Amino acid sequence: MKFRAKIVDTACLNHFTRVSSMIAKLAKTCTLRISPDKLNFVLSDKVANGGVSMWCELEQEDFFSEFQMEGVSAENNEIYLELTSENLSRALKTAQNARTLKIKLTNKHFPCLTVSIELQLSVSSSSRVVTHDIPVKVIPRKLWKDLQEPTIPDADVSIYLPVLKTMKSVVEKMKNISNHLIIEANLNGELNLKIETELVCVTTHFKDLGNPPLASKNASQDRNSEQMAEVHIDIRKLLQFLAGQQVNPTKATCNIVKDKIVHFDLLHEDVSLQYFIPALS
Amino acid sequence: MKCLVTGSNVKVLGKAVHSLSRIGDELYLEPLEDGLSLRTVNSSRSAYACFLFAPLFFQQYQVATPGQDQLRCKILMKSFLSVFRSLAMLEKTVEKCCISLNDRSSRLVVQLHCKYGVRKTHNLSFQDCESLQAVFDPALCPHVLRAPARVLVEAVQPFPPALAEVTLGIGRGRRVILRSYQEEEADSAIKAMVTEMSIGEEDFQQLQAQEGVAITFCLKEFRGLLSFAESANLSLSIHFDAPGRPAIFAIEDSLLDGHFVLATLSELDSHPQTLHAQEEPQRPEPRLPVHSTPHLDLDDFAADDMDSYMIAMETTLGSEGSRALPSTSLSPGLQHPCSSSPHSEEEDDDMEPSTVPGTPPPKKFRSLFFGSILAPAHSPQGPSPVLAEDSEGEG
Repeated sequence: MKFRAKIVDTACLNHFTRVSSMIAKLAKTCTLRISPDKLNFVLSDKVANGGVSMWCELEQEDFFSEFQMEGVSAENNEIYLELTSENLSRALKTAQNARTLKIKLTNKHFPCLTVSIELQLSVSSSSRVVTHDIPVKVIPRKLWKDLQEPTIPDADVSIYLPVLKTMKSVVEKMKNISNHLIIEANLNGELNLKIETELVCVTTHFKDLGNPPLASKNASQDRNSEQMAEVHIDIRKLLQFLAGQQVNPTKATCNIVKDKIVHFDLLHEDVSLQYFIPALS
Repeated sequence: MKCLVTGSNVKVLGKAVHSLSRIGDELYLEPLEDGLSLRTVNSSRSAYACFLFAPLFFQQYQVATPGQDQLRCKILMKSFLSVFRSLAMLEKTVEKCCISLNDRSSRLVVQLHCKYGVRKTHNLSFQDCESLQAVFDPALCPHVLRAPARVLVEAVQPFPPALAEVTLGIGRGRRVILRSYQEEEADSAIKAMVTEMSIGEEDFQQLQAQEGVAITFCLKEFRGLLSFAESANLSLSIHFDAPGRPAIFAIEDSLLDGHFVLATLSELDSHPQTLHAQEEPQRPEPRLPVHSTPHLDLDDFAADDMDSYMIAMETTLGSEGSRALPSTSLSPGLQHPCSSSPHSEEEDDDMEPSTVPGTPPPKKFRSLFFGSILAPAHSPQGPSPVLAEDSEGEG
């Protein structure tokens, strides 16, 4: 098993840092899947995560000037590593003025992802090297099946999301009233966030959001475009998802399978993020 | 006694107090002929800090008013810090700061003369006490490093603010290496990230140490002095010796000097850390039990593996007599009369004034007090307890 990669471009480095920072906000521990073309940050829908799952994908070519990997075996040319997301994010944040950044899989007493950063703070200072050894756990092949790309469910409604920052500030306030949030949308570009308690009902209406073209043609004929599809979810999970989005994404879609699951499909420049929040049981 | 600080020096004084507050909970204040000395020590006696402000630092400096005894007191750090809490406020609104002793009310008066005629007076209660002095001599340390504060600030920047301890040493190619030090975790399932920063020799104004030497000390305490040095734009020197011997961090300029003396982990506590990035670290050695013997003779100190003693403290009772010295409460078994060791200059010391906290401090650094070089003017008080507190039990 071998992995070595290098970033020399500042813009790529900053973007990669932003991605890792977002992952750190979304999942405390996650799996890093390394394959010849891609890097994935994966969170599988285990009980420990409250049923939430995440799949983030980026093309290694978009970031790394050098990328070499050798998986577990020739047929299974992949590496699955479990790590504490914050470690990677912190390590990358120290690479602000880096000339180069190298990441490699090492075994220093225990398996690590070693991030090695060359800094040159000014013309007069010496070249500095910062090294971070991030402990990782190698995930055995038999557990890989739980960490595959999730199948996109057939959504009842697909809708484009409003500005995430606005959504976040609304949800943040609602959290103080109730943990139980109803998210509903229709094919008319309307999305509502609702909380209901004995004393009060609060709804925020978002209009004119637009809907992406539906996958199945039949559904569009049958469905009344005004009809709302709703899911009841834990508000904290939605808030955690929104808190991770520091920058407004290039594209953001919400797919609702009523009473089952909410699926957020985001694109941050060339990095795709999918986040699934299950319905409250 | 009366000290008057004006202009931008008020903020400098405030910053120094902030630095000291990172170390200890009590501030020892003593106006000397050399200048005003502000000192503190941490509860486990593994860190000592002191600032000395020369008479020229003040617009007016009077050690003692005639008829007044020499002041030697300690004040709650929290109280003294509260006067200088907001550095921004000090800079913007305070024109003068006057520190004086009010005999009648037995209070230390700190008065801030601010803009628009506003005057803030703080009356702080204090305790007469012994003079707190650590015996240390940078010249005795074989290794020295000196760099502008800015370089050291950049050096510690990659480390998380919460990191307790760091190892500093000289690596291959005479590069200065800083590496995060992780305590041995009993539950080694969750390992921590290890960060290492390597800086070229050319960034240092002085580097007198061979490759391979290294010490491990408390980063949080070091940051206290570092932030002061950075704001004052001074160079910081680090004088150190073998692991286990205290390291001395010093800054100075014409008007003040500051010294932080910090304990370092002894070799037996730490796993031998190689600082060469290419090599793999060795397997950590098992930690030794802290309470090796319940009763410690002075002779044992020399041979004892508890050689991560930090500082030989010299304490003298104030001539006016200490009042309300709290009775020492030590863990049973450690209180022990010490005998003069034939070969050393150490003699009996005096009562250690403050109470040992009930729970051992979390750090691995152990500390001990024992008799030290006493100035000829002070005679030993007869057999007194030697105080050696262990800072924590085995995890």
